[in-house]
Order: sequence, then structure tokens, then C-alpha cells
Amino acid sequence: MDNHPTIAVEFSKVNYSYSNLQVLSESSFHVHKGEFVALIGSNGSGKTTILRLIMGLAKPDSGKVLLFGKSPEKARGLVGYVPQYMNYDPAFPISVEEVVKMGRLEGLSRNCDSRRGQTFSCPELETALELADVADLRARPYKALSGGQRRRVMVARALASAPELLILDEPTANMDSESEQRLFNVLGNLKRSTTILIATHDTAFVSSLTDVVLCVGQREGRPGGVLRHAAKPADHIPVGLYGGSALQVLHDTDLPDDCCAPATAGRAVRAGLASRAGQAKPAQQVRLFENSKPAEPLTGRKDP
Amino acid sequence: MSFFEALFDPSMPFVRNALLAGILSSILFGVLGSVVTVKRIAGLAGAISHAVLGGIGLALYLAAKGILPGLPPIVGALVFAIIAAAIIGLVSLKAKQREDTVINALWAIGMSMGILFIAKTPGYADPMSYLFGNILLVSRGDLFLLAVLDAIVILLAWRGYFQLEASAFDEEFARTRGVPTDAVFLIILGITAVAVVVLQTFVGIVMVIAMLTLPAGTAGYFAKNLGGMMLIGSFLSLVFSILGLAVSWALDLPSGAVVVLVAGAVFLSVSALRMRRKA
Repeated sequence: MDNHPTIAVEFSKVNYSYSNLQVLSESSFHVHKGEFVALIGSNGSGKTTILRLIMGLAKPDSGKVLLFGKSPEKARGLVGYVPQYMNYDPAFPISVEEVVKMGRLEGLSRNCDSRRGQTFSCPELETALELADVADLRARPYKALSGGQRRRVMVARALASAPELLILDEPTANMDSESEQRLFNVLGNLKRSTTILIATHDTAFVSSLTDVVLCVGQREGRPGGVLRHAAKPADHIPVGLYGGSALQVLHDTDLPDDCCAPATAGRAVRAGLASRAGQAKPAQQVRLFENSKPAEPLTGRKDP
Repeated sequence: MSFFEALFDPSMPFVRNALLAGILSSILFGVLGSVVTVKRIAGLAGAISHAVLGGIGLALYLAAKGILPGLPPIVGALVFAIIAAAIIGLVSLKAKQREDTVINALWAIGMSMGILFIAKTPGYADPMSYLFGNILLVSRGDLFLLAVLDAIVILLAWRGYFQLEASAFDEEFARTRGVPTDAVFLIILGITAVAVVVLQTFVGIVMVIAMLTLPAGTAGYFAKNLGGMMLIGSFLSLVFSILGLAVSWALDLPSGAVVVLVAGAVFLSVSALRMRRKA
């Protein structure tokens, strides 16, 4: 699958461990361009490790990680990252616009400044502010924003580089449902044009924008791995709890990593890709697994 | 004679040197202090500054014993500062879990070594002027060093402003944008180590950390961005320094301590006012 034009992220037999703890063991999975992927798993299951491997912030012990057919270091410019939380000085004096401009950094330069005395217009910056719904906040001090607004500023910062792949780590942690809905509206508008990967510890349900569910964690007989799971619409979950309608993850239904290969499930991928941006139709899972076993009874809504 | 009369008295060049040292130090306190504050490495800077006493003590001892005759204390201080910065840098980047233990150990070991060497140094060696500074002893060489360091810090802050801002605000994100955050951190640490040595003539190694955080912390309340924080911090440091020097001259008090007290009083007052307004 190397250099396949439609593959955004590819893990091949990746092993990764922290001192004695094996986090990933022979993990293989892939993500297609334009897909909306939920990377789910309990705390400590290895989600953040996977994100760090994708961004080139960590290196696998063995195996291969490819981003758009390149090494993560080479493809770094194609990724926009929204961290879960930041360890920063809460009194840091900085405006929203300056924070978003950090997304325009490329090593030792920043492609967003006046050049040769002329104001260099930066359309990507304007687009990012608009897309993330923070254009009206641009002059505000970052420290004066609410938690939900800050998260959208982080999304704008990640979008400022016009990334091919947007990675969000626990984007809705500590967020009220209105902010969550606004964030998912933003993501819905980006769907298809940008590959989106969301890591979340909520293993029961995911947003209905989701095309693919990747479940991270330990299973009997294998220390740490990534499994593709099916999901089905959860009509009994009130709209809005997951930033819109929700899907229930079917943990008892594993999908092979090649389930999207043209010979086996081309129709599903085509169906998934055909759904319009923001329309939130989880065509792929439903079509593939309409005959799957019923899911476990529901327990609780979300992890606190 | 008032402080301002003394400034223009040709027989008292040391007063003018002191004022010049205050002005040159203000730039470091403002610019480097803002970086130390937003990067939250005041603890690291404190450890480096206290470890420096070990170097001062060793240099005094070696010089007095005739092992390395004429060795200036500032050389020992620089060597110890750079070794301390290197150890702290490596530990911070490689072994996060023991970071605070190592930093506190360096802090204490450096000071203890200094006291031991000074105790064993033949003749009279007063640790007080190193601990608390003596601005009236500032030499032309010290002024030259301060000016060079000012120029380096301004140049680095200007050329690397966005990288500095991004790595202080969110280091991991900066790394994903290709910013060499480890190098940025080590450069800041190295510059801080040298600055601590050069600045200790003014306020002493115990209080240098106060001047690297109080004016910048006060400026943070008013500034809209890191650059503004650096400018306001430098201006406040200048005011505190001149005011402190004038007051210490008038009342015959140690200048470093007065400067720090003025800076601390202003910081606490502004913080209290801000908190009251929020409440």
C-alpha cells in the first residue's frame, strides 16, 4: 500500500514500548484521505502514543509509519495538531490572532508577515479563523477566552497551515454541550476536504461524522493493538450530546484492516465518500455491518 | 551629597558605573526575564545562580592558595554556571521524572561548595558581596560584558521571536511545526547562565532571580504580547534600578536589596489590585 495515492496514514507492524510497557504490538492500520476517524480507547491505552508517532514526535521501535507515503518527519507540514491541553503560563500575554499565526511557522520562518515593507496577505490565516469560527475573537487576549473558545482557537491554529490531516486529541474534554456542538459543526464543514483523526477516551459512542472507528487497547493474547470496529447509529442518544447525532461503537465486531479493499468492501467506501460534507451519514459502517450482532446494552453516557 | 550630585562628581566614577550597570542590566531583566517568566524556568535560573557560588569560592581559593594566581572569581562563576546549565538542560530534556531533585541538588551543592572554599581561603573573603551584590564595585570590564550580553539577547529575541514565543506558549505544537524547541531551550538556559553571572555584580546571586521575574511579571499584567512584556519589563527594571540606587545612596543601604524590594513591592501591589478588580 506504500505511496498509495488515497492513503493518508499507514501503520505497518508497528511496535512501541515505554521502558518495559509494550504500548503497541505489531499494530497495522491505515486511514484513507478524506476520512473522519475516531481513535478510541481508555486512558493510557496508547492513543496519544499513536498521535505522537504520526506527528514524528516519537519513533517506533520497529515497523513503519507513513504519512501520505512519506516519513512523518517529511510530512510534518501536512499535519495540523490540536493538543488535549497545554502546559503554558496562564498569564501569557498573547492575542488570539498571534496564537493562530503559530500555525504558519515552518522551522525558523513564519509565512504570515509583512514582506519588503508591504503587508503580505495571508489567506490561510483568514480561512482558518473563519473555518474555526473564531474570526470575531482575533483581537482578544487568549487568556480571556472560555475553554470552548480556546479549543476552537487551537483548531484555527492547526488549520492555519492548510493541513491535509487534522489531528485532535480529546477535543471535547471539559467542554459544555453547546461548545461541543459548535466544534463539531466546524469539523463537519471540514469533512472530506481534510482527513480528520480524533482521539477520545469515550469508547461507547462517537460522533456520527465518523467514517472509521479505530479501537486502541489491550486484548486477550495481544498486549497493545489497534482494531477496526464497526459502529451503528445510536438513535436513542439525544442529539447534541456528541456534537450532533451519535454512533454506537460495536466492540464485538472487529473488521479486518483490509475491509476497505476494493474487492471486499469497495461499495462501502464509495458510499462513505459519497456522503456530502457535514451531512453526518455513517454509510460505511452501517452498510458493512447491518448483519452484525447486536451491541452490548448501554451503560452510562460518557466517561466523566 | 545627593545621588544625582554624586553622579556628576568627577571624583566618583563608581556612581556613574553603577548607574550604567543598572541601565544595562535593565535590558537583560526585561527581555531575558520575560522569557524566563513565560517559559516558567525561574526555578532553573535560581538553581544556576546559586550554583555559581561554588565557582566563585573555588576561584577565590585557587587564587589565594597560589595554585592559579590572579584567577578572577567571575571565571569560576562562569564555569560553574555553564556546567550547572548543561546538567539541568540534559536532565530536563532526557529524564523528566528526577528534574526537580537534580535542580535542588545543584542549588544546594553549589552553595555549600562555595561556603566551604571561602571558609578555607586564606585571608579575608567576604561572601556577602557575591550573595547580595555590590554595585559600587562594578568594573569597566563588567559593563563591557553586560553590553555584549544585552546585544546578544536583543539580537536573538528579535531574530527568533516567533520561535521563542511558540516554544514558550506550547512547546509540543512548536515542535510539530519544525521549531527546534530543544535548541531554543538550551540556548535560553545557556544565556541565562551567563546573564546570572554578569548580573550578580548588581544584585547578587541570591536576588538575581527576583529581578529576572518581578519586573517581567509586573509587565505581564499590562502587556498585550511577549514583545510588549519585554519592553515594559525593561522600562520597569530601569525605574526600579534608578530608584533603588538613589534610595540606597540616600539612606546608606545595600543597593541590590533596595532595588529588589522596590520591584517586589510594585509587583505585589499590582497583583493585589488586579485580584481585587477580578473579585
